[in-house]
Amino acid sequence: MTVLTLVIFLPLAVALGLLVLPRLRDTAVIWVWIGACVVDLALVVAIWVGYDGGIGYETDVRWIPSVRAGYHVGVDGLSLPLLALTAVLFLACAVFSLRQTRRVRAFAALFLFLQTVCLGLFAALDLLLFFVFFDLSIVGMYFVIAGWGHGDNVRSALKFFLYTFLGSLVLLLGFIGLYLGAEPHTFDMADLTRTPPLNGSPGLAALVLLAVGVGLAIKTPTVPVHTWLPPAHTDAPAAGSAILAGVMLKMGTYGFVRIAMPMLPEPWRRYAWVVIVVGVVSVLYGALVALAQDNLKRLIAYTSVNHMGYIVLAVGAAGLAAGDVDARRLAVTGAVTQMVSHGLITGALFLLCGVLNDRGHSYDMDRYGGLARVAPVFAALTVVGAFASLGLPGLSGFIAEFQIFTGAIGSGTGAAASAAAVAILGILITAALFLRVLHRVLLGGPGELTGGVTDVRGSELAAIAPLLAASLVIGIAPRFLLDVIEPASAAVVSLVAR
Amino acid sequence: MNENPVDLLPELCVLAGAVIGLLSGLFLPRARQWVVAVIGAAGLVAGIGAAGVAATRPDTMAFDAFVIDPITHVSRIAVFAATLLILGLAAGAVRAHPRESEFYVLILLAALGTVAFAAAGDLLVLMAAYLLASIPGYALAGFGKDAAGTEAALKYYLMGALLGIVMLSGVTLLYGLGRATSYEMLRDGLSGAPAGAVAVGVVALLAGLAFKAGAVPGHFWVPDVTEGASPVVATFVTTVPKIGAFAALYRIAGVLPRGAVDWPLLIAIVAAATMTLGNLAAFAQDNVRRLLAYSTISQAGYLLVPVAVAGRSDLAQPALLFYVGAYALTNLGSFAVVVAVGRDRLADYAGLARRAPLLALSLVICLLGLVGTPPTAVFAGKLLMFGAAVDGRYTWLAVVAVVNSVASVFYYLRWIVPVFETAPGPHLPEAGELLRGAAMIAVGTAVATLALGIGSGVALAT
Repeated sequence: MTVLTLVIFLPLAVALGLLVLPRLRDTAVIWVWIGACVVDLALVVAIWVGYDGGIGYETDVRWIPSVRAGYHVGVDGLSLPLLALTAVLFLACAVFSLRQTRRVRAFAALFLFLQTVCLGLFAALDLLLFFVFFDLSIVGMYFVIAGWGHGDNVRSALKFFLYTFLGSLVLLLGFIGLYLGAEPHTFDMADLTRTPPLNGSPGLAALVLLAVGVGLAIKTPTVPVHTWLPPAHTDAPAAGSAILAGVMLKMGTYGFVRIAMPMLPEPWRRYAWVVIVVGVVSVLYGALVALAQDNLKRLIAYTSVNHMGYIVLAVGAAGLAAGDVDARRLAVTGAVTQMVSHGLITGALFLLCGVLNDRGHSYDMDRYGGLARVAPVFAALTVVGAFASLGLPGLSGFIAEFQIFTGAIGSGTGAAASAAAVAILGILITAALFLRVLHRVLLGGPGELTGGVTDVRGSELAAIAPLLAASLVIGIAPRFLLDVIEPASAAVVSLVAR
Repeated sequence: MNENPVDLLPELCVLAGAVIGLLSGLFLPRARQWVVAVIGAAGLVAGIGAAGVAATRPDTMAFDAFVIDPITHVSRIAVFAATLLILGLAAGAVRAHPRESEFYVLILLAALGTVAFAAAGDLLVLMAAYLLASIPGYALAGFGKDAAGTEAALKYYLMGALLGIVMLSGVTLLYGLGRATSYEMLRDGLSGAPAGAVAVGVVALLAGLAFKAGAVPGHFWVPDVTEGASPVVATFVTTVPKIGAFAALYRIAGVLPRGAVDWPLLIAIVAAATMTLGNLAAFAQDNVRRLLAYSTISQAGYLLVPVAVAGRSDLAQPALLFYVGAYALTNLGSFAVVVAVGRDRLADYAGLARRAPLLALSLVICLLGLVGTPPTAVFAGKLLMFGAAVDGRYTWLAVVAVVNSVASVFYYLRWIVPVFETAPGPHLPEAGELLRGAAMIAVGTAVATLALGIGSGVALAT
């Protein structure tokens, strides 16, 4: 058993242990959970340190040989940052949940299960394995929202399940198309990347790309298939939202760079403009709708649509064959960096929302105000999170978005440049809306609920602050991250250009 | 001609179990009738063993009418294994019943008929197997002698008799047109026959098969029998006969002549109608057994997809065989939970997770399995089914199946959600009142669906 397999299945093993072993006290359960996350994170760090280019830590075991599907996992520059992000965010959620009191064992077990699922997805090098984890993530998150959410959570969870399950099955049809299009038939990603399937039949390839694209777009989500996201986030528990936005949305965008681009290069180039348009619309629509929200959690949910839009724009621009190669590499690097950056920042913001809801039992910004006076640490964290999210230099969002825009504009085609120019408006709107949030919630006179708000507790601080610190580190010294991503994004760009 | 009776050893084992069971049942005191179940189980285990050995031998045809090939091997093992589990469910439920031994024997005989149905290579054997598989089923449906059971039995019987006669007339017509009843000879015999008459004959034949499979338009009995008969009988009639029906359908689809009717298209349309109708009807059900009944109808629709692409895709046969086995196991697991809890209303399952966490988890695994969530067995079956559909140029059917799968999530979740409610329902039995044997079978099947899904490579390779 390799260390990667251990990383993937350690949380699941701990989850089963928690369910089977004699009843521990709630706090003990959470400490076991935190311990598992720490060990897993340490192992991911060890993998990162030991990684030396190409596909590392590869395992390929036959699983269903009659359809050439295997347990094939490995890490490269695309998956490693996301594995690390997953490990960090799940640890943060475990620490944040130290004060959890509702059905703690099941909660911890479910999160550990989800951690295995998310890590497995990012490490998967087989389409079927990828799909298995993709689908299980939906099931796990359904139970998180339905079991521990608030408000109209059962309904939101159902909508989430139905919508994303539809997406996953459309994705499966696309995978079957890839499988049948390959000679010999296979689900293995490495084989499919080496010789792109359906090369001779552009019509079929376009259909397969449509299926894969729609499936991933629902998960990402992009406009117009984003409508499951706001209710799911609003009614999910804080830790669930952080995982849903921080890790699970990345499954969609990761699928674009891992599957859609390298395996369907020809149709990707042909329909790159569609991807760009969807990206730009998501950027602007997400930002504008977020601007109109009074519910803080819904607002952050919509900014996720906006941030995911940048990634979609970048991967679309990378498909413009006429563009400059270096610029396209920059765009893909920016996209992957944005995945990490958004995960950290939005994870932190959703946890902060959870703090607010814990004290005031409301997300309505108009009922708060002047929190900077009563909860200075909370205010400081929110300020950092908001500025990181709007892309202030010195924080990770800037590094990511700067590369995306430079890449898209620098690719030299008029269409991409104008699309990027329009999308920059999105940053402007995001800046405005976050400043408005700071005004309404942190500054001004006290609102009706301000009195009940106490400052963040130690465990909450220990969960949120490291996420923002990581964003700061990436913002100031991004080399350690970019050195891993850049070779992989160069590879993706050359694969698309075939 | 091969007339070696050893080729039928698995069937003979089960038959011996049934006959010895019946005879010993006559002499055993009521309190010790469970011995009959043990004898039957021994027959089934021997049958499974013999079928396993037979699977390693080359394909053959016994008595010119009984095909022994991978389809038969899988059907034998699936039918006998499912029947074994159902005997286990029954042992707790009909314990010390005045007619306990008859119950076991009827189940064994129906299973035997189902295997003959699956293996038949001749229309007359198919017809005989139809009767052998159905008549014990009618008796089982009315076994409780209560109003609901009697109504269920009557409905089952009338539907079965009607479609059986239609099927028999179809067989007669095809015999007259093709001058043979064996599938192999009909393949050639029908090619020169008048296309219109062949079409009428085939449609009539398919009517009987649709009855056994619980597919549109022969599905009307399914919800009433599932609700009216005892839960164990409901488990049996929604699980076992389907295995035989789909094997038989697959065989017949392979020999249908290309004539006036585009048979694959017709079967595809029936498949789409079956899955859609089953799903739509399941939405509003508040009774778990009716819900499961309609779910089995929609599953029959998915199972028809590989039948529609029979001969057009290499994936069709593995898809059918794997799916039918996975379905049988998963459906059995869901019904086992119903047997264990003994309640029929959705609301009565509120709080089950608190009272019996393992049983609730098994229910969730089985229901999500029926949806097709990985890594359960039905997922692998569905994957192969989708693959077969796309490969056989029936992408639209795959899309219909996808939409139906998503829609089905809705009603399965309607059952899952109350299970996790904190307050137990007023009618939920105490943990001690749950049927232990059935609960163990439910947990075991849930684990088995996961194992079969994860180990699907091993299962498909053999």
